[in-house]
Amino acid sequence: MNLRTTLLAGAAMVAMTSAVSAETLRWGAARDINSLDPYSYGSTFTISFLNHVYEGLVRYNADLTIEPALATSWETMPGNIWRFHLREGVKFHDGADFTADDVVASLTRVSDESSPLRGNLPAYKSATKVDDHTVDIAVDGTYPLLLNDLTNIHMFDAGWLKANGAEMPTDVAKKVEGYATFHTNGTGPFSLESRVPDSKTVLVVNPNWWDTPKHNLDRIEFTPIASAATRTAALLAGEIDFTEAAPIQDLPRLEGAPGVKVLASSELRTLMFGFNERPKLADGRNNPFADKRVREAVAAGIDLDAIHKKVMRGQSRIAGTVVAPAIPGYSEDLDTPTPYDPDAAAKTIKDAGAEGFAFTLVCANDAYVNEEGVCNAMVSMMTRIGLKPTLDIGPNAIQQVKQSSGEADMFDLGWANEPMLDSYSILLQVFKTKSDNAGVFNWGGWSYPEIDKLLDASAVEMDRDARLKMENEALRLVKENVIMIPIHQQPMAWGLSDKVDSVLQLSDNKARHWMTTMKAAN
Amino acid sequence: MTVFLIKRLFNAAMVMLVVAALAFMIFRFVGDPIQLMVNEQTTQGEKDALRASLGLNDSVVVQYLRFVGNAVRGDFGISYRNQQSVMSLIAERFPATMELVIVATILSLVVGIPLGVITAIHRGRWFSESLQFVSIIGVSLPSFVIGIVLILVFSVELGIAPAFGRGEVVRIGWWTTGLLTPSGRAALVLPSISLALYQITLVMRLVRAEMLEVLRSDFVKFARARGVPRWRVHYSHALRNCLMPVVTMTAMNVGALIAFALITETVFQWPGMGLLFIQAVTFVDIPVMAAYLCIVSFIFVVLNTAVDIAYALIDPRLRTARG
Repeated sequence: MNLRTTLLAGAAMVAMTSAVSAETLRWGAARDINSLDPYSYGSTFTISFLNHVYEGLVRYNADLTIEPALATSWETMPGNIWRFHLREGVKFHDGADFTADDVVASLTRVSDESSPLRGNLPAYKSATKVDDHTVDIAVDGTYPLLLNDLTNIHMFDAGWLKANGAEMPTDVAKKVEGYATFHTNGTGPFSLESRVPDSKTVLVVNPNWWDTPKHNLDRIEFTPIASAATRTAALLAGEIDFTEAAPIQDLPRLEGAPGVKVLASSELRTLMFGFNERPKLADGRNNPFADKRVREAVAAGIDLDAIHKKVMRGQSRIAGTVVAPAIPGYSEDLDTPTPYDPDAAAKTIKDAGAEGFAFTLVCANDAYVNEEGVCNAMVSMMTRIGLKPTLDIGPNAIQQVKQSSGEADMFDLGWANEPMLDSYSILLQVFKTKSDNAGVFNWGGWSYPEIDKLLDASAVEMDRDARLKMENEALRLVKENVIMIPIHQQPMAWGLSDKVDSVLQLSDNKARHWMTTMKAAN
Repeated sequence: MTVFLIKRLFNAAMVMLVVAALAFMIFRFVGDPIQLMVNEQTTQGEKDALRASLGLNDSVVVQYLRFVGNAVRGDFGISYRNQQSVMSLIAERFPATMELVIVATILSLVVGIPLGVITAIHRGRWFSESLQFVSIIGVSLPSFVIGIVLILVFSVELGIAPAFGRGEVVRIGWWTTGLLTPSGRAALVLPSISLALYQITLVMRLVRAEMLEVLRSDFVKFARARGVPRWRVHYSHALRNCLMPVVTMTAMNVGALIAFALITETVFQWPGMGLLFIQAVTFVDIPVMAAYLCIVSFIFVVLNTAVDIAYALIDPRLRTARG
């Protein structure tokens, strides 16, 4: 052995030790998580953050398809029962074993009458332990989307819940705080070290994680930085390594800065505009939007390209249908935007007797990316084809009341199909006829019996291909009837410092740091 | 004196009741918390049940009375957003805001007073005139612009101060302080400058005006005639006569600074009460908004009452005139 190989071996040794040395990811987020309890109010962001600590029975893999997590396999049984076989040898952070009792306790907690997350598990009826590692979940009728729902239902330890009096979810109306709001005990790749709300939440690696880690992190320091300008500054100054919300207006600056990378793409959320389709408007006038020709004319009068280039600075993805390509039910042949033809649109408006029709477009300014700019552009484009729109804009909390009450003649809506990741979500909640458990976002009061029929059939269709075909057919009807005009998929942009080697960015815009690697610190 | 005190305290209680009533009138226009508490899959039935269980279907008067009834017992309820007790949320943030406000106040005095004296005694000189000019900018620039400019210069370009947060804090009982750690002190620098800037110019202009007044008075001329050294006349005799209004204004303005801190806290992600309030507004977190408004008005009322009582102690005429 000569000197040279010794040196090389030495270098390799150094490289190996630094690969396992402490890597801290400093994450500057646009907002804080609401609570440490995954069964608190249905915030997609909070649940995705807590997914580092807690896990569900199944999870999405790098292709956004469902794969086993805490359950290794499952099968459907007669009587609308799903049997799940649980992974053996999984331990909670406090050392307790993961068993069927934990699944039963978690599902009981999340489906409780007072649970804010109950809506995420709509078909659930009951869970029964078969043996220590087998659980039967009974659902209400034939229900094909149970696995999708379960990706977001994190598993608690039954003993821990019981010992701390947290078997029931926290009920704000009862004015009592919950133990799980302040403490965690999951099975996930990271465990909680400390949390100061609005200031800092620290996660450390769980050395006993059941899965082989694909990350090399030891620690995640999560800091909310609500102000966009400050977040950009913190990334430029090297005070954070990662943000899931790099402000769109700062992207050129960030891309040009040394030591900063930007990962930009389009996410699942599709922005669209809808109309009041009732025969009369809220103020009693006849409603031209009930006429399909007028809606078609509006669609032809929108210059999607201009919105994409001018308002969204080329960062959005122009949409021809109301769901993003990654959402099951999507098909490429539907994704064709209406060609821009303002002159024909103006003529149609005239023929339909809607020329000079004055109405209100109700938008928020804080719900979607560059929402104000898009709505302003809509107003000027619709004015051009002979309509008289007025823009009513304000905070989402106020505007959504007007939109949902039928007061708005026209409105905007963004839909990501979260947490279900299936077209069924938008079809059920937006396009189905309004009833007690459907059409909550059917703000225009429309009713298309054909869509309803397709949806009812797809809701009990266990064959995935047949089900998606029905959903796709329903989406075709949505497009043909111009119920809503899709504009674009929103841009998402992550900012990284050059210390970060790779992150996994999927179109659901959730950070999965158990896939993140950082460059070895020297 | 006792009658005076009782009257003042009664007034204070009335002010707080009116503030709470106004707050509840406003809450009708801030939007619907239910829309933000549920996700896309929630059914209408579940939304209605949640609304009913939170008592949001009751009339404003009923909601207001229930709030006052609970607040009197110190129960402000649970935050819709965090599911934490509102009192503990505010108690957690109170030290952060107070520390920022106190440091900004001290800064405004330490910088503002000497500047005021200098601009007064060197009136007409180029540097005092330019200080005067710069101070106009300090008054007129909005506080968030100052904050962002400070971040750009000192964090991004020079890299000498952190852009956000509070650094490491030390817990002393229920109070937390960043003053005892290096990172905590570094984190205080930019936010406190940004918050103090307006106050500095205010103090400087007040001291200058008072000084110009005092410098014309007979005792200053007499001291000068006796050959007392110039710096002693200025800083010891004249300045002392200017400080009364400065101290009063500073004490009264602590309340204003707490309110102003809202913007500074948002820019610097300073985990204080203002940031809590801003987030409560975007989430329509009514329990937190109501409690914040009551507590801030309570601080205003306490400061005003304290100043009134102090005046009454100093000046007996006020006691007889009002009491």
